[in-house]
Amino acid sequence: MIRAENIFKSFDDAEVLKGITHTFENGKTNLIIGRSGAGKTVLLKILVGLLQPTSGTVWFDDINYSQLDKKQIRAIRMQVGMLFQGSALFDSMSVEENIRFPLDMFTTMTKKEKLDRVNYCLERVSLEGVNNKYPSEVSGGMQKRVGIARAIVLNPKYLFCDEPNSGLDPKTSIVIDELIRSITIENNITTVINTHDMNSVMEIGENIALLYKGELVWTGNKNEVLDSDSDLLQDFIFASPFLQRLRNAALSSNTKV
Amino acid sequence: MSFNFFYHFGRYIMMLRTAIARPERFSMYWKETMRQMNDIGVGSVVIVVLIAVFIGAVTAVQFAYQLQDSFVPKYYIGYIVRDSTIIELAPTITCLVLAGKVGSNIAAEIGGMRQKEHIDAMEIMGVNTASYLITPKIIAAVIVIPLLVAIACFVGIMGGYLSSVPTGLITNAEYTRGVRSFFVEYYVFMMFVKAIVFAFILTSVSAYQGYHVKGGSIELGQASTQAVVYSDILILLADYLIAILLTQ
Repeated sequence: MIRAENIFKSFDDAEVLKGITHTFENGKTNLIIGRSGAGKTVLLKILVGLLQPTSGTVWFDDINYSQLDKKQIRAIRMQVGMLFQGSALFDSMSVEENIRFPLDMFTTMTKKEKLDRVNYCLERVSLEGVNNKYPSEVSGGMQKRVGIARAIVLNPKYLFCDEPNSGLDPKTSIVIDELIRSITIENNITTVINTHDMNSVMEIGENIALLYKGELVWTGNKNEVLDSDSDLLQDFIFASPFLQRLRNAALSSNTKV
Repeated sequence: MSFNFFYHFGRYIMMLRTAIARPERFSMYWKETMRQMNDIGVGSVVIVVLIAVFIGAVTAVQFAYQLQDSFVPKYYIGYIVRDSTIIELAPTITCLVLAGKVGSNIAAEIGGMRQKEHIDAMEIMGVNTASYLITPKIIAAVIVIPLLVAIACFVGIMGGYLSSVPTGLITNAEYTRGVRSFFVEYYVFMMFVKAIVFAFILTSVSAYQGYHVKGGSIELGQASTQAVVYSDILILLADYLIAILLTQ
């Protein structure tokens, strides 16, 4: 479980986050959603410790993350995996070396054990046999999956995903979403996903937080989205006229979307 | 202006403090140091040799011209080429050139990693990025650049020979006598002190520029340029200070 308590963040005069309080639950896919500029990435970076909040605290289970020194933060981070928007794979390393990097850096495993672990993670993301390829030689969707494999290689307790579907086609996005959800359930980890993909919201949104101009304006799950009377939520999820018609049709025929 | 200087100086010192830390895994740092030694050392031999040979050659020709019709013995050309190469030309010119080649490369490499979120990715894994990305570069440079300077020194003296003996400016015996005359071992010590200090400056300043880069490709280009400019200025300043300190 990760808990953000009264998080404020300002850059110079611009207040980006205004008192966010929310609990990201264990074993669930927790989504932070909102329009571009709502403060999603800033909140995610604060949760993961890449940015310091102007005020407020972040709890990782019963540990106050905001009060740890650098050494303690590094110890916590070894329990954290993160998938970046642009995958952030090291260009000069092969797929195998990318996934093996955390093992090389932090474990005393033998070469064979490391290779087995890398192959298991690659298999887990359905990418067998690409060990020797370089990031530039695989597609965007495959890069995301390599990013997931690297993020889970140390068996993290917490998984963060920054826009995991950006730049991917809808089908590949669903594959990535399903993969993240199944990994979350299998390993009983706390997963926080930052997204503005409404397909993700409706497919894997088990605990959703909607940000609007730096404020938390709605929380709930995918089953509560349709019935919600929050205009901001409806504007965000059903942004296009086509989706609005679809929603109205679903509501009038009492069909589950 | 002065506030800006103190801000950057303070951040530079803090970066170095973070960089001096116990490695998470020694073998990874060793591997990275070896890679950097290869990149900085082997990758710079050709340019260093080329520059050194011409520096030695030009020094010899210029002094031969200066000594024309004077009462100074001609073998002094070898002596002057040797000492000017050891004391000043080999360490300073080599490191100014390396600031351009290696320094800009370091700033661009680390800056590119910052922009592509590679540094963030490593931080989240728990890696001390200042230590992992910067310390091996500094260690590699501090070991390899003095060796490059020693090569430059030897090649520079050879360059002086090639430009003055085959062309008939002086004889082989005169040049050899000059190179062997009035040798002071302390000058070699000075050369290595300069090489080590300059190597540290050019790698750490360039790493600082890359590590703290913000924005996009224009800012990355600026960081790379600033790495070279600031390294060059600081190398020249350090050259002056070392000259004062070691010749008291």
